[in-house]
Amino acid sequence: MIYNFDFGAVLAYWPLLLEGVWTTLRLTLFSTVFGILVGAFCAVVRTGGPAWARWIVSLYVEFIRNTPLLVQSYFLIFGIASMGIRLPILLGAVIALTVNIGAYTTEIVRAGIESIHRGQLEAATCLGLSSTQTYLHVIIRPALERVYPALSSQYVLLMLASSIVSSVGVEELFGISNRIQSETYRNFEIFVVLGVIYLLLAVLVRSGFALLGLAIFPRRRTLGTPL
Amino acid sequence: MSPIVELKDVHKSFGSLEVLKGVTFEVNKGEVAAIIGQSGSGKSTALRCMDRLETIQGGSMLICGHQLHDTDVDLKALRRDVGIVFQSYNLFPHLTVAQNIMLAPRMVKGMKQRDAREIADTVIAKVGLREKMDCYPEQLSGGQQQRVAIARSLAMEPKLMLFDEVTSALDPQLTGEVLRVMEQLAADGMTMILVTHEMAFARKVADRVIYMRDGKVHEMGSSDILRTPATPELAAFVSESAEH
Repeated sequence: MIYNFDFGAVLAYWPLLLEGVWTTLRLTLFSTVFGILVGAFCAVVRTGGPAWARWIVSLYVEFIRNTPLLVQSYFLIFGIASMGIRLPILLGAVIALTVNIGAYTTEIVRAGIESIHRGQLEAATCLGLSSTQTYLHVIIRPALERVYPALSSQYVLLMLASSIVSSVGVEELFGISNRIQSETYRNFEIFVVLGVIYLLLAVLVRSGFALLGLAIFPRRRTLGTPL
Repeated sequence: MSPIVELKDVHKSFGSLEVLKGVTFEVNKGEVAAIIGQSGSGKSTALRCMDRLETIQGGSMLICGHQLHDTDVDLKALRRDVGIVFQSYNLFPHLTVAQNIMLAPRMVKGMKQRDAREIADTVIAKVGLREKMDCYPEQLSGGQQQRVAIARSLAMEPKLMLFDEVTSALDPQLTGEVLRVMEQLAADGMTMILVTHEMAFARKVADRVIYMRDGKVHEMGSSDILRTPATPELAAFVSESAEH
């Protein structure tokens, strides 16, 4: 069996690949920002909200965590579109990814919130802090610091999982690669290149989270120990 | 002199378990009161009721002019007047010593960073930990953490300080440094109520000793009652404590 490797044929498409990388990164960035907001909000509701709101949040979390991201994406992009609501494809993809990652973030942040000792709340209460102030300064901040490593991994996963939205027509890195593959028939080469690019992106996202962590958690920056 | 703390026939239950069965005592301004008694006698619960961490179900409780049995008691005002220090310190682990102390003055009193820092400098000097201002709690010993917790309470300039077994988690050496800070506070005229197992400290510093037993005040008086108890139960408790 003789196979002539021709990476040149694949790498000639570098402007397209770069475009794919850029789309993947944008998808990841927006879903990360919105996902953390959604997740932190839902975690607060789930730990301290009224019973009906807790119930809604847990329904959301369980539904998302127990159905495939692929189905969720199809539903949000094609399902909703068939009802006459047409979203730009990239926006639809960001919404699908945000809804998905938001549920996982909720669970992670909730674990962080529940790890905060009751004594912390009592101390804040006795100092006269309102419950909003207590949540902001005494609960959420240390909770996020504690679960930050788990959150980082989850968001690297999000970047990798964003390849799924190629199947609804988003021309992100994986979608673009499929196109290159069908034009060059260089299956082996394109998926090696793709793997390397994803690996580099994962390192990039992970480093980004590490740097962000140093910026927003001064205790970790100073002591370098887990909270 | 009118009392700053006044408990009259206070009752409190957790479910079917009655913990306080009619507790009555008073503490005057500037006094140090030590509440002693076996575990489960209700002394910590009584203290926690005074800061409305627990609500009472019967009787009346007047703390710094606030009627705690009223449903519309102004909790924010109560907690400005009352400081409490816990056995487990409860410092905020993600904040430095300075930030721990400044948080409440800034959030609750709306102070500017600079004014809050000034207060923090004053209270940290009182507990002798000026050089630790930029440390995080985990970098401090238990005794130091507890002194920071005291400073954090003092920063709100309370009229009454409550201490809930604040040295129970500390070894004897660290206990000493915390007790010295409390002794100085007492000497400065702070009204203090402490739940404690430190008999020697109660004997030395307390103006009033309250011996609780089975949810009631069993015996009360000046610290002399620790030397010459009137009831056999207190006599037994004192001699038991002396053995440890």
